[in-house]
Amino acid sequence: MKRLGTKLASKLCLAGTVLCWLIPFTARAADADYTLVIQDHRFQPAELSVPADKKIKLTIDNRDATPEEFESHALNREKLIAAKTSSTIFIGPLRPGRYPFYGEFNEKTAVGVIVAQ
Amino acid sequence: MFGSAVIVFREVLEAAILIGIVAAATRSIPGRSRWLVAGLLAGLAGASLVAIFTDAIGSLASGIGQELFNAIVLGVAVLMLAWHNIWMSSHGAELAANARTVGSAIRDGRRECSVLMVVVGLAVLREGSESVLFLYGILASGGTGVSAMLSGGLIGVLSGVLVGYAIYAGLLRIPMQWFFTATGILVLLLAAGMASQAARCLIQADLLPSLASPLWDISDTLSESSVIGMLLHSLIGYDSHPAGMQMVFYAIAFGTTAAGMKWAGRRNQKQIYKKEFKP
Repeated sequence: MKRLGTKLASKLCLAGTVLCWLIPFTARAADADYTLVIQDHRFQPAELSVPADKKIKLTIDNRDATPEEFESHALNREKLIAAKTSSTIFIGPLRPGRYPFYGEFNEKTAVGVIVAQ
Repeated sequence: MFGSAVIVFREVLEAAILIGIVAAATRSIPGRSRWLVAGLLAGLAGASLVAIFTDAIGSLASGIGQELFNAIVLGVAVLMLAWHNIWMSSHGAELAANARTVGSAIRDGRRECSVLMVVVGLAVLREGSESVLFLYGILASGGTGVSAMLSGGLIGVLSGVLVGYAIYAGLLRIPMQWFFTATGILVLLLAAGMASQAARCLIQADLLPSLASPLWDISDTLSESSVIGMLLHSLIGYDSHPAGMQMVFYAIAFGTTAAGMKWAGRRNQKQIYKKEFKP
């Protein structure tokens, strides 16, 4: 059993070392800040233009009284946002194009698209 | 009603498949059902807590608390699943079956069961919190559609559980000689898939670079929203357009766990050899 613990510990160290080596390559400062508002189960603006090839910090402000889940297959992002709360996600750098997103809990009305250009 | 059924089904499916595989993979360990149920109940309680504290968790670590939380939950699950596979490899299926009679094996069996409980609990906690939040949102919004949406949610839960049970029953039909190899591979793929998901959370929180996003895009061929895509996502961590870093994590988790299993299996063989030929 002790040897199994050592095996696990060495795996953890390996993972940790890999992560530490990668961290210097991440830039926490985004190049641009944008905001999406959720009001009455709708996104405002429904179409958001952002610069392409830049990391974007997207703040999602849920002003509804119910939670929403921001989800986008195109952007590969998914986040739960509680009622009357703001939340932040990072997207990009994006190639020029259209990236649809939606609110999973209110898919009929909460739809939008991010246009990178 | 159908809409809420689909939403809840997607969440429950992931947890149900994991529980089905884990339940099958541990069939030889006595008393493991009690631990699985305990994990399930603990997970449900935890899911409710997480749902209640979603905004508090979210605002931790300057807005990336949720991603960190998810990544940690997934990371712990990966380690637990890897431990289970290595343990099974080092003890062999026969010893696991004899856990009732062999003293040290009983201790090991109990440790393995508590590991299982954690794995199941975390899976239910992760997926359950989304469903709880969604259903709470329905209740909070009130209006005429509430009962329809709630029954839709219930249908989603039952359907997800049904699929999980089908996976469990299907696995049990595998002939014994292949059974532990098959479940071992499935658990290995589960762990790798979760590692990939954890990477995605960290990329979203800007704690990891994406390294090519996406690495490939085959959503036209097999979309994740299709039924097969959903099943493959839960079983092997299929992602139609993963970031490069996700695949790195997938490969590392797969590789190190498989290596650990091989090493443990070889050690087990040596011990058996020693016992047989050196009294």
